[in-house]
Amino acid sequence: MLKKITAITVMLIAVTGMLFANGSKETPAKEASSKKVSELLGAGATFPYPFYSKMFDAYYNKTGVKVNYQAIGSGGGIKQLLSKTVDFGGTDAFMKDADLAKADGEILHIPTCMGAVTITYNLKGVPALKFTPDVIAGIFLGDIVKWNDTKIQKVNSGVSLPDEKIVVAHRSDGSGTTAIFSDYLSKVSSDWKNKVGAGKSLNWPVGLGGKGNPGVAGIVKQTPGAIGYVELIYALQNNMPVGKVQNRSGNFITPSIEGVSLAANVDLPADTRISITDTPAAKGYPISGFTWMIFYKEQNYGGRSLDRVKELLKLLWYAEHEGQQYAEPLHYAPLPAAAVKKAEVIINSVTFNGEPVEFDK
Amino acid sequence: MNKDIFMEKGFKVILKSAGIVILMIPALLLVTLVVQSAPAVKAYGAGFIFRQTWDPVREIYGALPFLAGTLVTSFLALLIAFPFSFAVALILSEYMKEGVIATILKSAVELLAGIPSVIYGFWGLLVLVPLIRKLELAAGIPPYGVSILSASLILAIMIIPYASTMAREVMSMISGDIKEAAYSLGGTHWEVLRKVVIPTSYSGIFAGVLLALGRALGETMAVTMVIGNTNKLFTNIFEPGNTMASVIANEFTEAVSDLYLSSLIELGLLLFIVTAIINFIGRLIIKRFEIKGAGK
Repeated sequence: MLKKITAITVMLIAVTGMLFANGSKETPAKEASSKKVSELLGAGATFPYPFYSKMFDAYYNKTGVKVNYQAIGSGGGIKQLLSKTVDFGGTDAFMKDADLAKADGEILHIPTCMGAVTITYNLKGVPALKFTPDVIAGIFLGDIVKWNDTKIQKVNSGVSLPDEKIVVAHRSDGSGTTAIFSDYLSKVSSDWKNKVGAGKSLNWPVGLGGKGNPGVAGIVKQTPGAIGYVELIYALQNNMPVGKVQNRSGNFITPSIEGVSLAANVDLPADTRISITDTPAAKGYPISGFTWMIFYKEQNYGGRSLDRVKELLKLLWYAEHEGQQYAEPLHYAPLPAAAVKKAEVIINSVTFNGEPVEFDK
Repeated sequence: MNKDIFMEKGFKVILKSAGIVILMIPALLLVTLVVQSAPAVKAYGAGFIFRQTWDPVREIYGALPFLAGTLVTSFLALLIAFPFSFAVALILSEYMKEGVIATILKSAVELLAGIPSVIYGFWGLLVLVPLIRKLELAAGIPPYGVSILSASLILAIMIIPYASTMAREVMSMISGDIKEAAYSLGGTHWEVLRKVVIPTSYSGIFAGVLLALGRALGETMAVTMVIGNTNKLFTNIFEPGNTMASVIANEFTEAVSDLYLSSLIELGLLLFIVTAIINFIGRLIIKRFEIKGAGK
C-alpha cells in the first residue's frame, strides 16, 4: 500500500517536472510576445466616458491594444496618476499649479473633447427662455425667487412668465459640470465669486441637490417651477428644454455642439490649461469647457518600457485625430483645429530618459 | 502525537484566530479612519462637529448639518417603524403562529429586508416624493418633495424587518409554562401579553430596535435619493437636508484637496463613533432589562 502511494507520488512529480520543463522551454517565446504591450491603463473623469469607451473600442479593433479606462471621477484620476498606477488620467478640470507642484514629475494636459452646461427648467407652456449672466447668477444665488421677476421678464419680453416660486436644483455629487458652471458664474458675477466661488462641490446658497445629471434632471422634471443645470449631452439626449444664454458679445446662444466648438476657437495657452467659459468668441456658447487627459512628461518611471510609452503616445495621438470622429455622434463637441495643434506639440514633447520619443503616428 | 488531541487543539486555534480576525477588522477600520482624518482634526479641532458651514471652495468644513441629518432621520424612522414592527412581531408570535396568512406576512417582512436600497430610493423618488409634494402643495409649504421626512419614511420601511424579526423570535421563544401559568391564574390573552410576554421579551425587542437603528444610521443610497442633499442645517422636517453617509458617498470621488478628503473621512469617523456610542448605550439598556428579568 505504502509502496503504491510512493510510486504514484514519484510519477506525479516526474510528470509535473516534465510539464514545467516544457513550460520553461516556451518561456523565451512568451517573453517576446509579452513585450508587445497589449493593455494601457487610464482612470478619471466620468463625463467623457461614453466617448472614451467608444473611441477606445475602435482603437482596439484597429491596433489590438486594449485601453482599460476606469471612470472613477476626475479626483480619482488625478490621484491614480500621482501614485503612478495608471498610464494616463482623465480630468474635467485642469490641475492647478499648486496641485501640479505636488506631483513627482511634470504633468502634461491635452484636451480630448468638449462639453457644455445647459440651463434647463420646468415651466408649462413657456417657450425657450433667454438668460443673461445676471439672471443666472441671481437665480442660483437665491436673489431672484420668482419666475415673473422683472429681471427675467426684461430679457424675455412677450413671454408670459408665471407668478411661481423658483426651485433651484444642483448637483449633490462633486462634478466637473458644477466646476464649469461655477467657473462661468464666478467670471460673470462678482457677487457669485465672493459668496460662492468655483469648484466641483460648492456651498450652495439655495436649492436641492440631485446625484448626477439624472438626479438634477429628475428634480427639474418633477418640480413645477424648478431650474437646474445639466450637461449638454444629457439635455440633448433627453430632449430637455434648454435656455439660450447671452455670451460676452451680447448674442443669445442656443446650446449646441457647434456653439461649444466655436467657444474654444480662441487663443489657447501652450499647455492648454485654460477655462473657456465666458468665451470672447462671438458665436460661442459661454458655459463650455474642455476635458483633458493627463500624463507625465518624463515617461521613464516605475520600470515602464519604451514600448509601453510608444503605445501610450500612439493612443494619445489617435485621440486627438482619428478618435475625434466619435465625439459628435455621442453629442460631444470635437476639438477645434487650434486645440489639436497645441496637443500635437505637447504629445511630441514627451521624453523617455530625457530623449524625445519616436512613435508611429 | 495523539490524533484526537491534535484535532481538538487545532480546532480551538482555528476558532480563536477567526475570532481575532473579526476583532481586528473594526479595530483596523478605526485606526484607518483616525489616521486619515488627522489633518482635518488638526485643522478644525472640535469646531468641526459644531460648525454649520460645509464649503469645499473655501475649505471650511463643519459636520453639524450632517450629524443632525443622520440622527434625526434615523430616530424619526425608528419612531415611525416601531409601532408597525412591534405589531407585526406580536401578531406573528401570539395571534397567527401558523397558516397561510402568517406565512405570507412573515415572508413579506423578510422580503423587505432583502430589497436593495437603491430600489427603495427609486420607489421613494418616483412614488413617495411626488405624494409628499402634493401634500406640501396642499399645506402651503414649498413643494420640494425631497426632505428629511421623505428620507425618514423610506428608512422606516427599510428597518421594519430588522426590528420585527428580532422581537418575534424572542417572543416566540418564551416558554409555554410561563404563559400557561399566567392563564391558569385567570389572565386574559391581553393581560398575558401585557404582563408576561412583552416584559419578558424587552431585551429582544430592544436588540431589534438597536439593529434597526444601526441600519438606518448607515443607510446611504436610498437616503441620498430622497433627502434633497442640501448641506445646510434644516429647521423643520419638511426641509431638505443631508446625512453623513450621503455626503460622503456624494463628494468622495471628486474630493481632490487633502483637507477636503480628510474632512470627509472625519465625517466617516464621526459616523463610526456615533454608531458605537448608540450601540454601547443600547447594550447597557439591554443588560439592565436582562438583570431585571432574571431578578423576577
